[in-house]
Amino acid sequence: METVEQLRDRLLARFPAAKIELVTNPSAAAEHSLLIDAAHGRDIALFLRDDPTLRLDYCSNVTGIDWPDKEITDITKTTVADPAGASGATKVVEQKTTRIQPGYLEAVYHLYSMALKHGPVILRLRTANRSDAVTLPSFTPVWRSCDFQEREIYDLYGIIFECHPDLRRLLMWYEFKDHPMRKDYVEPDDYEWEPTAHGAILEKAKANRLTSAPIAGDAATPGPGSAPPATKSSNTEAKP
Amino acid sequence: MEMSDATPTPAAYTPFPAAGNIPDADREDLRRHGVLMTSMEELYNWGRSNSIWPLQFGLACCAIEMIAAATARFDIARFGAEIFRPSPRQADLMIVSGTVTKKMAPLVVRLWNQMPEPKYCIAMGACAISGGPFKQGYNVLKGIDRFIPVDIYIPGCPPRPEALLNGLVQLQKKIKGEKLSGPDAARFTRADVPSEFPIPEYGAHDLEPTKNPAVWTPPAPPSA
Amino acid sequence: MSTPPLSSLNPQLSTGSVPFPFAAALPGPSVRAVHDQFHGDLLEVSMGPQHPSTHGVFRMVATLDGEQIVKLKPVFGYLHRNHEKIAENTTYLGSMPYTDRLDYLCSMSTNWAYALTVEKLAGITVPDRAQYLRIIMAELTRLVNHACLVGFLFNDLGTSFTPLLYAFREREKIIDLFEALSGSRMMCNYQRFGGCRVDPTPEWLETARVLVENFPRFLDEYERMLTGNEIMLARTQGIGRVTPAQAVNAGLTGPVLRACGVDYDLRKVDGYGYYPRFEFRVPLGDHGDTYDRYMMRILEMRESVKILTQAFRDLPAGPIMDPKAKLRGFRPKAGEAYGRLEGPKGELGFFLISDGSPNPYRYRVRPPSLINLTLLEDMCLGHTIADSVVILGSIDIVLGEVDR
Repeated sequence: METVEQLRDRLLARFPAAKIELVTNPSAAAEHSLLIDAAHGRDIALFLRDDPTLRLDYCSNVTGIDWPDKEITDITKTTVADPAGASGATKVVEQKTTRIQPGYLEAVYHLYSMALKHGPVILRLRTANRSDAVTLPSFTPVWRSCDFQEREIYDLYGIIFECHPDLRRLLMWYEFKDHPMRKDYVEPDDYEWEPTAHGAILEKAKANRLTSAPIAGDAATPGPGSAPPATKSSNTEAKP
Repeated sequence: MEMSDATPTPAAYTPFPAAGNIPDADREDLRRHGVLMTSMEELYNWGRSNSIWPLQFGLACCAIEMIAAATARFDIARFGAEIFRPSPRQADLMIVSGTVTKKMAPLVVRLWNQMPEPKYCIAMGACAISGGPFKQGYNVLKGIDRFIPVDIYIPGCPPRPEALLNGLVQLQKKIKGEKLSGPDAARFTRADVPSEFPIPEYGAHDLEPTKNPAVWTPPAPPSA
Repeated sequence: MSTPPLSSLNPQLSTGSVPFPFAAALPGPSVRAVHDQFHGDLLEVSMGPQHPSTHGVFRMVATLDGEQIVKLKPVFGYLHRNHEKIAENTTYLGSMPYTDRLDYLCSMSTNWAYALTVEKLAGITVPDRAQYLRIIMAELTRLVNHACLVGFLFNDLGTSFTPLLYAFREREKIIDLFEALSGSRMMCNYQRFGGCRVDPTPEWLETARVLVENFPRFLDEYERMLTGNEIMLARTQGIGRVTPAQAVNAGLTGPVLRACGVDYDLRKVDGYGYYPRFEFRVPLGDHGDTYDRYMMRILEMRESVKILTQAFRDLPAGPIMDPKAKLRGFRPKAGEAYGRLEGPKGELGFFLISDGSPNPYRYRVRPPSLINLTLLEDMCLGHTIADSVVILGSIDIVLGEVDR
């Protein structure tokens, strides 16, 4: 199979208007990927599927990734003449500027060919931002295996896949409002104190203990279902 | 055949339901003579404790061990609980075997409500008890006892089939000790104790409510 | 249809008068209009999540015309326990026990898939003996999974548990071996990045070898009971057919794909581990129906026995861990890797993104069970509701992996 660079060049020749970038992968796996723009996404996908030398007929895996806004500190070094001007020595002035790199959501597609038994070709698509422009073209019309996986990404990350035949939440219930796999998702805090908690849970539990109402008082008022807790102590395998 | 003329005093009354307040030693003596004496309560509890019908209801990994307990090697039929009923209307025992997610919790409560009294609940495995290894999950209910009363907790991840059998024996002991009348009568005989529990609803961010305070209060932290 | 359905006789039973609670939640293309007066209203039936034959907490909403399925929508998420989110907050090694609970019937294979991906990400090599041990564990797992699957499939066919008892008898033997080795019956937590955790003793290997030697006898017994069974033939042949083109496009993998005749087995295609050193064949089906999917499992078990016999014969001595592999404080370089292997249910993949910290930045599981369900509706359309149960059973899902 041709290398990713060759594939990028061939795609650029075929789709001159498209923006296609090579994203290198510095890990030991060294599987580089192609970042393609959303506008030409569907055309490129169809081309990859039907091209006789590639025949990427099998979309194995679709992954959603959240890249939140990142604060980047640029250090620009400028050389200025020494104000003292004694021996013509120069002084290096460091200027720090911080800028916010806007975050985005990303969908990664791993494509293989079952007919020719090669792969993977990795495609990446990025949304414009994380809040309102979160639309990407759906590849479900090209590869049906994307169906549930794109629904899952819509559910957990909030990417809206255009032309998906049935874009509903896959895992959470339909009334759910959040996108829980995003990095800034705050889960509902329903941790209570327990004797065997550890680490992060214990910290949350401690915080709850300080803020919550006195708990011992609740136990004193017997509710209508208070009979079962009384029997707990008689079990040898009672909850610790 | 001669009867023992020792009349039991109220002080000799044992918590174990004895027939006609005859001491156990005398009943044992009679049994050797071929006379079985029992009480309605004892007979009733003996019968139902040895034919518990569990609900055929598997949630996650623990369900495989529950099936293993039903197969030839562990053979839950030895304890009379092999008839797994697919319908909650016919079941006495709900074995919550596995992680209860927040999406599943309303359905578990609904199934519990559909079971007729007397009914019992076993929380099998760490997930059903407290969320277990998945406690940090945003969609994981941190213990089914937040919504329904649990009779037996079986720790383990997953518990071995033997542990499930042990839990079942514990439950049988509990059933055999239940009173059918009097001030300390069992839960299912009392009209003031509910047998149905409110079903939580799917909310925008979490279940609503997240727990049933009538059933469950958080464990009190140490006073220190 | 010869007899009119009940709803057309009794107007009160028609679905129009009683709003069905799930109807509003499922938009989508409306089912075809029914003109025939002998057809009643379409009936929407929700099967699951508590249902004896949905293999856990899977739910499908089937629209029925009489007994025939005209629409079927699976509903997921009842076992969504946030494996991926938890793994993003856990160290690389800390996620290994969670992979056990992903596909809880085949924890050894899932362990391996995860270890394989991390090794690919960090460039760790695995010593010879560990490679052989991994193959032994993965193939034993395949035996467990396929034997149980066939038992469950027959349970769905209405044999009420009996074949499952045979399968679990064999499973217990293999599970005992796993327990002796790893300390746990189901959750083995056996693989490590760069090798395995425990070296089996010669006695263990001998017991395992005898077990594998006797396994074909169990398979013969199993097949004698099941394969030619008349009910089985009537209820599986020609049911739930999939064409190869459909299957490839929908990303079906594993025995479900090979039952359609597509030759795609990652043990051959990727040649991961030491599989290229082994001689075995890849069984292929022809019709893509439920019967072929059943036969795939039986034939694959026979091939697994061949692989295991070779593995026990050739198992070399030596270390089981790469001495350079680091378990504590493991921080791979930034980058990403997608690793996959041929699990008993299909292509089990892990996609990891590292940002150089001790926790993965993104941890994704490619669940074969979920993606194999893509064609469930197509397989079931036109068949009866009883067949849908058998079709679902033949796809072989585990809910821990479907919902993660």
